[in-house]
Amino acid sequence: MWQELRTELHPRGLEIVTVGLDTLGAEACRPFIEAAAPDHPSVIDAHHAVAERFGVVNIPNGVWIDENGIIVRPAEVAPAPRRSERPGLGDVELPDRMVDIFTEAQKIRTDPAAYEAALRDWVERGADSPYALSPDEVVARSRPRDADRARGEAHFELATELERRGDHAGAVTHFREAHRLVPDNFSYRRQAWSLEPAVDGPLARFWQGPAPDDPDAWPYDGDWLSDVRQLGAENYYPTWQP
Amino acid sequence: MLLTSMRVSRAEFEAGTGWALKPEGACRGDICIPLADQPGDRVDVAALAPQLGMPLVSSEDGTLHALGPWSGSGRVLTSAEAPELELPRLDGTPFRLSSLRGTKVLLVAWAPY
Repeated sequence: MWQELRTELHPRGLEIVTVGLDTLGAEACRPFIEAAAPDHPSVIDAHHAVAERFGVVNIPNGVWIDENGIIVRPAEVAPAPRRSERPGLGDVELPDRMVDIFTEAQKIRTDPAAYEAALRDWVERGADSPYALSPDEVVARSRPRDADRARGEAHFELATELERRGDHAGAVTHFREAHRLVPDNFSYRRQAWSLEPAVDGPLARFWQGPAPDDPDAWPYDGDWLSDVRQLGAENYYPTWQP
Repeated sequence: MLLTSMRVSRAEFEAGTGWALKPEGACRGDICIPLADQPGDRVDVAALAPQLGMPLVSSEDGTLHALGPWSGSGRVLTSAEAPELELPRLDGTPFRLSSLRGTKVLLVAWAPY
């Protein structure tokens, strides 16, 4: 989704790094990365290191870093340019839940044009761009972190490693703690939900909720549909602040 | 930072947490936190974590641990300096964010679900 923009802006001094947040790692990310065929670095973040290091709490999220390694925009919603298509689900007939999920997803508001314009302005004007924030503003806009949140981040990291080592039950225990202690990190929730084997096939990772034939087995307090309905899809992302 | 043992080298501790262990204490950017004892070549994470206020959580069988981040400033970022990020590419080779110094970077997080 970003490759086209990268082709245009790389000669002007911008590099893009895409970071795939997935405990299932390279093999889960591979089809999407290969479909995008990027010239830019595309890396795998199995433990959501970018959440701990940069405060990423949802996807897509972007961070701007200048030539001196200084962050000029901390983690925020970064809608992809609306040119290319996402790798799709193909001609699959959709179960009711997926129809409901897509219905909610349609209500989610982003402004890709505004974000792209701001990015282009920064690439052109650098520090003179109003979109390049001062260091104090960058820190002030970064995620709050108290001791509870830090503990939740540790639980999440532990959960991802337990999952990778095959201890799914252990992973769930620690994912639950992470969700409780870091309630604003929606990636933490979606990652955990995506690992539950509710259905088979191409929809499996997107189901993110109870299995139709065994709903009581669902180990989490929320799921994608109930959480988004409760929050209001229009509140899925904070409004972008230039 | 994931740990299978509570004893790690100073280099591993710094790479895992971003905090360097110096005579004046544990330091990151402009912040230094004094420590009770000067760590040797090997660091006892269980002793160090509470001094830094970093949470330590463990698996039920006690074989795997995660050391969480520092929360002393109340924000995820303590300065605008981009932390190092080292993550594998699809082919497994390591990528370091610091390798792009000299270029503007847009880091975009996504997910295949």
